[in-house]
Amino acid sequence: MHAIDRHEVQRLLAEEQAQLVEVLPQAEYEDEHLPGAVNIPLKELDRERVQQLKRGRPVVVYCYDSQ
Amino acid sequence: MSPRAAARLERLGFEQVYDYVAGKADWGSFGLPLEGAEGSETRAGAHVRTDAPNCRPEDRLPKICERLEESGWDTCFVLDERGVVLGRIGRAAIRGRGDVSAEEAMTLGPSTIRPSARLRAVVERMRRQKLTNLPVTTPDGRLVGLLTLRDAEEALRRLGS
Repeated sequence: MHAIDRHEVQRLLAEEQAQLVEVLPQAEYEDEHLPGAVNIPLKELDRERVQQLKRGRPVVVYCYDSQ
Repeated sequence: MSPRAAARLERLGFEQVYDYVAGKADWGSFGLPLEGAEGSETRAGAHVRTDAPNCRPEDRLPKICERLEESGWDTCFVLDERGVVLGRIGRAAIRGRGDVSAEEAMTLGPSTIRPSARLRAVVERMRRQKLTNLPVTTPDGRLVGLLTLRDAEEALRRLGS
């Protein structure tokens, strides 16, 4: 796992078709999320839910902040 | 939370996993777009005026005043070479119009807000503090633009808030 900043997020989206995953609860995702992000709350991050992600592409996870 | 999510994805067999540690608070605070019920349109950054005058610390006040008169603005932001706000030339300095540098004439440390600030809260603050405008900067101090109370109130009306 690599910790990255917003510049690297933008690069991964533009150049490597990265998939954005917000891991906060659904209500927080519905309030605001990065464009194109899908929502898989951490509590639901199981084999079934991750089937919606493509394994051959980078996955970028994020929450609200680093706290 | 995101480091645990990244670790979990790796346990589930994903090989290219990245953790955007600073998260959506960072994304929005740099004025990058957000979607959702509280997305970018409800934030200060979407409603700033980007044509607010700015100058360098060494610029002379009389020249700055001439430019302000031509443009109709009554304030000017003093920026360093990276666009970081050093100070603000306000009405008092403009009235005085002494032959000094912007650095000598400016007010230090003007209050600023981030692009991700929620409009409703900003408008309440501006009304409470009787502010007609507020500069919007990124977390590293670079000027994004100027949010006027009039624009912010109009935006809230359009948004139905």
